[in-house]
Amino acid sequence: MSETRIDRRFKALKADGRAAFVTYVMAGDPNFETALEIVKGLPGAGADIIELGLPFTDPMADGPAIQQAGLRALASGTTLKKTLKLVSEFRTGDDETPIVLMGYYNPIYSYGVDQFLIDAKAAGVDGLIVVDLPSEEDTELCLPARDAGLNFIRLATPTTDDKRLPKVLANSSGFLYYVSIAGTTGAAAPKPSDVAQALTRIRKTTDLPIAVGFGLRTGEQAAEIAKIADGAVVGTALVEQVALGNSDDDKVKRVLDLAREISAGIRSVNKT
Amino acid sequence: MAKPNSYRTGPDETGHFGIFGGQFVAETLMPLILELDAAYEASKKDPEFAEELSGLLKHFVGRESPLYFAERLTEHYGGAKIYLKREDLNHTGAHKINNCMGQILLARRMGKKRIIAETGAGQHGVATATVAARFGLKCAIYMGETDIERQKPNVFRMKLLGAEVIPVKSGARTLKDAMNEALRDWVTNVEDTFYIIGTVAGPHPYPELVRDFQCVIGEETRRQIMEAEGRLPDTLLACIGGGSNAMGLFHPFLDDESIDIIGVEAAGHGIDTDKHAASLKGGRPGVLHGNRTYLLQDDDGQILEAHSISAGLDYPGIGPEHSWLNDIGRVKYVNATDTEALEAFQLCCKLEGIIPALESAHALAYLEKLAPDLPKDHLIVVNLSGRGDKDIFTVADALGVEL
Repeated sequence: MSETRIDRRFKALKADGRAAFVTYVMAGDPNFETALEIVKGLPGAGADIIELGLPFTDPMADGPAIQQAGLRALASGTTLKKTLKLVSEFRTGDDETPIVLMGYYNPIYSYGVDQFLIDAKAAGVDGLIVVDLPSEEDTELCLPARDAGLNFIRLATPTTDDKRLPKVLANSSGFLYYVSIAGTTGAAAPKPSDVAQALTRIRKTTDLPIAVGFGLRTGEQAAEIAKIADGAVVGTALVEQVALGNSDDDKVKRVLDLAREISAGIRSVNKT
Repeated sequence: MAKPNSYRTGPDETGHFGIFGGQFVAETLMPLILELDAAYEASKKDPEFAEELSGLLKHFVGRESPLYFAERLTEHYGGAKIYLKREDLNHTGAHKINNCMGQILLARRMGKKRIIAETGAGQHGVATATVAARFGLKCAIYMGETDIERQKPNVFRMKLLGAEVIPVKSGARTLKDAMNEALRDWVTNVEDTFYIIGTVAGPHPYPELVRDFQCVIGEETRRQIMEAEGRLPDTLLACIGGGSNAMGLFHPFLDDESIDIIGVEAAGHGIDTDKHAASLKGGRPGVLHGNRTYLLQDDDGQILEAHSISAGLDYPGIGPEHSWLNDIGRVKYVNATDTEALEAFQLCCKLEGIIPALESAHALAYLEKLAPDLPKDHLIVVNLSGRGDKDIFTVADALGVEL
């Protein structure tokens, strides 16, 4: 497949000698306009890649913070269609920052895979992470997405052993998302030494950039990960700021302030 | 859809029944599910496993369960001859323990130290807590707060059996949410934990292995009806939430095409309202809890809350093999409302001296539409999947009686 914004971004960061700051926020949380303000503000606050959560009623792999964010988004009337609209509005002002949609399969399946891929591509989406589509189900969305020119980004976990890893990597592209702990989003922080060991193992099998997530909350933790990985993903900590803010403006400010702090941590690590 | 040579060969090697089934789970769980699949395949080839299981089913569960001629229900409807498969007489009071016994033997073989399960009515929770106690394994049961409230006796039973009952506060706080929390627990405790799923749903191989462990119901029924009547039944009837008691009765008869097989979904306040649990009649195919199947969902693919007076049927999905049997037309799926189930519940108490589970009462409720017009030599077997002691508070409440 041809080069995507994700490929270009990782290439540029490698030349710059630093790791990517991958941010996760929930589409439509707490409402369409505020979520759009947050997403628009993220690149300026240091985000290199934006993962946009697709709300789902039954997020089986998410901890309480992202569950709540999904419920807020659904309560504000978020649908897959509106999420794609959010992306296209973001794209009017930013044609560089990669957008990855992250969620569960049923809303996409319900929308219709073929139509979804057409509309997502047109809106300016670059990649997909679908938590409940392991490689066993590649024909559902992974292969059609690749054919449509979208990166299908796969999760690898501590339970993904050497035997399974090639299968996980087979049809994935863009980057590999290493889930640093066995657990739900927002659980305990990983031990950097464990992560380093896992990354050494995974790099024997792939040249894809590897972003590490689950449990990272601070600039300091993200910096530790930035030393060993090609990217650090922060989600729960950002999403919690939406819950904590006492007005829509305050929510935007809190998310972006924390993003700036974490970005500074990641940028403090020079890898050249 | 083309008719298969046999209805009993599924799932295929990728875990599908037609388009239904599959393995839609997070990567963290995939290696465990593959490991379970391998352990299950190995157990099928091991005569010692079958022997151990059948010994426990006989001496601990109390099988075989009787196939009982319901003389007074038969008289009441004045048509077909009605038999009840008495799964209510099993230890712990329902069919659920057949599956739990099979799965805990697998868990032991796999060296797992901790058992988790989800429960709606509490029957599967009690059965799981029971086998965990029997084998000395730690046990945590996830149960929605709403269900904890309406099934208090079962909550206390689980605690007596040494299980930790973890209240689930998300969503509508019923079975669906309990399953989400159990999956989250499993993702977190992958090393030592075995998840005993209670119905013929979830990622492959669960729909297959739960079905196989429940097939003892249908296999016994075949033998027993031959003894009693010298021939196979004409109609099979069972209630369906996820569909494990129904699948256990139906599966051994699927290739006997002269037999009408009928599953009864819970229609709650009515299938035309937004308060029911009839996934096949009121839903469409989607992906949830590891499998593709019929689901109650909105236009955006968000899962809707189910409703049934019976906590055990209160689930917005159904096992994938039922979805396939529906689409291919081998099994007919109908439904019964809360009110119809309540009436059948009371009728069974008064005429047969059997207090049925509210779940099973949905199957009994369909007799009124079916039995009167059938000839007297027409044989119907109804799966009386559980006893109703756990439901007396719910029923009293629905009838306006204060206990």
